[in-house]
Amino acid sequence: METIVQGLKQGLLLILSADPGLFFIVALSLKVSLSAVAIAAFLGIPFGAFLAFSRFPARGLLVTILDTLMGLPPVVVGLVVYLVLSRSGPLGDLGLLFTDRAMIIAQTVLSFPIVCALSLAAVQGADPRAFREALSLGATRYQAVWVVVREARLGIAGAVLAGLGRVVAEVGAVMMVGGNIAGATRVMTTAIVLETSMGNFEQAIGLGMVLIFIALGLNLALSMIKGGRAHRAEGGV
Amino acid sequence: MKRLVPAVAVLLFLSSSAYVGAGPRFITVASTTSTYNSGLFGYLHPVFTRETGIGVRVVAKGTGASLRLAKECNADVLVVHAKAREEAFVAGGYGVKRFDLMYNDFVIVGPPNDPAGVKGLKSASDAFKKIAALQATFASREDNSGTNIKELAIWKRAGIKPRGGWYKSLGQSMGATLRVAGEMSSYTLTDRGTWLAFKEKMGKRLRLAILTEGDPVLFNQYGIIEVNPEKCPHVKRDLAQTYVEWMLSKKTQRLIGTYRKFGEVLFHPSAR
Repeated sequence: METIVQGLKQGLLLILSADPGLFFIVALSLKVSLSAVAIAAFLGIPFGAFLAFSRFPARGLLVTILDTLMGLPPVVVGLVVYLVLSRSGPLGDLGLLFTDRAMIIAQTVLSFPIVCALSLAAVQGADPRAFREALSLGATRYQAVWVVVREARLGIAGAVLAGLGRVVAEVGAVMMVGGNIAGATRVMTTAIVLETSMGNFEQAIGLGMVLIFIALGLNLALSMIKGGRAHRAEGGV
Repeated sequence: MKRLVPAVAVLLFLSSSAYVGAGPRFITVASTTSTYNSGLFGYLHPVFTRETGIGVRVVAKGTGASLRLAKECNADVLVVHAKAREEAFVAGGYGVKRFDLMYNDFVIVGPPNDPAGVKGLKSASDAFKKIAALQATFASREDNSGTNIKELAIWKRAGIKPRGGWYKSLGQSMGATLRVAGEMSSYTLTDRGTWLAFKEKMGKRLRLAILTEGDPVLFNQYGIIEVNPEKCPHVKRDLAQTYVEWMLSKKTQRLIGTYRKFGEVLFHPSAR
């Protein structure tokens, strides 16, 4: 019990003192995860929208695969990205292993299925009348699709936040492909693992608290988006 | 949303600066967890970077994983502790040359009340025999690290194949293994460097004590190897050479000898 109280106290002090080491780790975590989710959104939202509007033979299978990939274990993604980026692997010449870029790649792979599948669901869940109305008002098919995607934007924002929530708390993949190198690839989750294994519980708890605050912020944003949507549905704004 | 975008941009900008050793001049060192968890690298590398302008990125894995990593050309320099494997690595053409860097020793630690009665034994394999006979809990690294290789060699010497519920295979770093061993009142084998560093941090919470030490089989030699640029063209040859020479220099060797906890030297310099 004493350890927990001490840890919480010292962890809080660490956050309040704006410790540069802690700041770097938090900033790097956010940089990696935000970059990964930005790429995943850039690729995943259009692909999700495409799947929502198109009908082709393998579509059902593709959606099932996408749903399966949503639960991909981070360590498996880490292992595959490691093998691909290793100097002895197919993309070894790029020298990306043990860099922040390798971590971004791994987290992009992790968040893409989530962003894509949830965007697909959001677009499918949008009011189908919007599509027909836009067409009847003389819009082209592409313009009509755009209208529906705009209609589904809150659900899509939720998809992006869900993707971010998945990767910011993930440890297995970034540990493998980043190597947990101090000042280069050490992020919050890998630092917590290391500090705990080294017996520095205070540092670990401090980082854990930051991570929880970030998760809380994400969920608040998510519920605000959902709340906004319910409000609109009730005939508000 | 509109206000979020500039905020994120500022954050990305801030986080992209201030890297330690992020410039083009850095090397990647694959090392054992003991050199890292004990704090030795944190003590030496800032001096190296200050003197040479070369950043050091340490990937701390067990000796087995580090050797594998270097074989696949993912590191420039190796600092590990399993001499036979290191020599095989160099003989296979993966390393340029192996140098003795420093040494310390392994110790058998366990619960202070010592249920298996191994305290003060002169022979490590006798201690292991007693632990196995009583089926007292033993925590094994089981990660193909130098310490794990040594542990298995001692079991072999004792003529025992450790198996059963009392033998806990953890697959974790030395630091994590010590922590778990303390929680489970287990015996374990550790290098003295990590042990002392851990004892300093954890104090009474560690709930372990040194029980068996001093057997010649517990000698723990660390070596340093530059990865062979002929096998791995990406190796930063000049920087790696500078690092190896710096580590073996008289001045650094003296520095290694000044790294102490509780007045005890963690790693004894042994470059020739």
